[in-house]
Amino acid sequence: MKITKNNLRFLPFLLPGMIGVFLFILLPFSDSVRRSFCTAVKGDYIGLKNYETIFHNEAFALAVKNTLRFTAVCLPILIISSFFIAYFLCRLKYIRLIKSSLLFPLAVPTATLVFIWQVLFGDSGYINGILQNMGCESISFLHSGASFYVLVGSYVWKNLGYTVLLWVTGIMSISTSLTDAAKVDGANERQCLFKIILPNLKPTLYTITILSFLNSLKVFREAYLVAGSYPHESIYLLQHLFNNWFVNMELDKIAAAAVCVFAVIFLGIILLQRLWDREEKSI
Amino acid sequence: MKLIKKVMIYILLGVLCIAILYPVALIPILSIQDSDELIKTTVPMLASSDKFVQIDYLPQYPTLGYFKRLLLFTPEFYTVFRNSILTVGAILLFQILVAAPSAWAFAQFGFKGKRLLFNLYVIFMLMPFQVTMLSQYLVLDNLSLMNTRWAIILPAVFSTFPVFLIYRGFSDIPKDILDSARIDGANEWNVLRYIGLPLGKSGVLACIVLCFLDYWNMVEQPLAFIKDKTLFPLSLYLPMLDMSNADMILAASVITLIPAVFVFVIGQNHLEQGIIAAALKE
Repeated sequence: MKITKNNLRFLPFLLPGMIGVFLFILLPFSDSVRRSFCTAVKGDYIGLKNYETIFHNEAFALAVKNTLRFTAVCLPILIISSFFIAYFLCRLKYIRLIKSSLLFPLAVPTATLVFIWQVLFGDSGYINGILQNMGCESISFLHSGASFYVLVGSYVWKNLGYTVLLWVTGIMSISTSLTDAAKVDGANERQCLFKIILPNLKPTLYTITILSFLNSLKVFREAYLVAGSYPHESIYLLQHLFNNWFVNMELDKIAAAAVCVFAVIFLGIILLQRLWDREEKSI
Repeated sequence: MKLIKKVMIYILLGVLCIAILYPVALIPILSIQDSDELIKTTVPMLASSDKFVQIDYLPQYPTLGYFKRLLLFTPEFYTVFRNSILTVGAILLFQILVAAPSAWAFAQFGFKGKRLLFNLYVIFMLMPFQVTMLSQYLVLDNLSLMNTRWAIILPAVFSTFPVFLIYRGFSDIPKDILDSARIDGANEWNVLRYIGLPLGKSGVLACIVLCFLDYWNMVEQPLAFIKDKTLFPLSLYLPMLDMSNADMILAASVITLIPAVFVFVIGQNHLEQGIIAAALKE
C-alpha cells in the first residue's frame, strides 16, 4: 500500500503542467494531424489529397525553396564565423565586455530596429548614400534579391553571440591537459586545432546546428516587420506562407504543411542525436 | 611577438563589437536630436525626396521633446505598453507556477513513462511556432479566447521550454541535502519550496531572463491570434506607426528598448547559463 502511494507522489507536481501540455499541445496537434487528411470545411476524409495540393502549390514550392536556401546560406556562415571568434576569444583574458556586446542583439526587440533598417538600407538610405559618394550604383536592399542578404546579415547579427557562447563552452570543456600534452610532444597550433579541438567539438556542432536552424525560423520577425506579408519573392519564407494561409483560413493546408515541417524537424533531431550517440561511444 | 598577436585579436574583436552595437546605438542618438537635425535623416526616406539619408552622430541641440510628447500626449502608447507588460508579466508568472512543480517531478521522482514524457516535452520545446500554430488556434477557438490577451498568454504558459530549463537547475541539487530534509519530516512541497527553489534558482532565473526577452519581442503569436489593435503588444504596434512620425517611432523604440536592456544587463549571467543549459544534452 505504501509503495503505490510513494509511486504516485509525483502526480500533484506534474499533473497541472501535464494537463496543460496535453490540452494545448498534444491533443490539438493530433487533431491537426487528423485534419491534414480531411477537407477544411466539412471534415470528410480525403486521404493524402491535402498533401498533394500543397506539393503542387507554387507558393509552397517557393517558400520551401527560399527557406532551404536561407538555411543553407546562413548556417555555415554563422557556425564557421562564430567558431573562429570563439577560438580566439578563448585565448584572451578580458572577454566580459566582448561577450556582452556579442550577446546584446539577443535583447534588442526586432520592432525597435525596423526604423533603423529603413534608415540604413532604404532606397535612399545611409548605405546607398555612401555607395553613391563612392561612385557606385545604389542597391535596392529591401525590395530586390539583395533583401535576402540583408536578412542573412540580420540573422547572423542576432545569433552570433549565442553561437559563440556555445562554442566557447564546448572549447573550454576540452581539458587543457589534452592540448598541453600534445604541445609537449611538439604539436603546433594548427595540429592541436585539427587533431584535438575540432574532433572533440563534434557534439557541440550537432547542438549548434539544431539550435541555429530553429533560430533561423525566427527571422520571420525581421522579414515580416520590415517587408510585410508579401515581401520580395527572394525572402518569401515558409513562415510567411503559414501566416497567409492562416489569414485566409486555409486550415487544411496549414495542417498538412505543419505535419510535414514537424516530420522534417523530428527526423533531423533524431538523426543528429544518433550521430551524437555514436560519437560518444567512440570517444 | 605573442603580445602583438593578442593586441591584434583584441582590436579585431573590438571593431566587430562596435559594428554589432552600431545599429542599436543609432536609436537613442537619433531620438534626442531636435527636429531640424532629425530632418536630415528622415526626409530623404520619403519617396518624394532625391537626397540620401544623413546621420549626425553628435546631436547639436539634444532634446527630450519627443519623449515628452509621446508620454504626455499619446494615450494609445500607454495602452500598448500596458498590454506588453500585462501579457509578458502574466506569462512569466504562470509559467513558473506551472513549470517549477513539473520540473520538480521530473528531477526528483522516478515513474513509469518518465523518459518518454520528458522526450516528448523536449521535442515540442524544439518545434517552431508554425508547427503548433494550428493546434493552438483550434483550442483557443474552442474556448472562444481568440482576440483576447489569453490567446497569447495560455499557450505560452504551457510551453515546455521552462520545464526543461528549471529541470536543469533542480537536477544539479545534491540528493543528500534533500533526503535529509525528507527524513526530518518535511513534506515534498516544503522540500521544493524551502530547499529546491532556493538552491535551484539558477534555472528559474535563466528561464525568466530568456523568456522575458523572447516574449517582449513576440511577433508571430499576436499577429495570428489578435485582431484588435488596442490589444497589440509593443513589438507589433511599433512597426505599424507611419514613417512620417519618425520622432514618435524613435522615442517609442527607446522606451521599448529600456526594459529589455535592463533585464539583459542585470541578468546576463543567467542568460548565458540558460543558453548553455538549453544546449546540453539531457
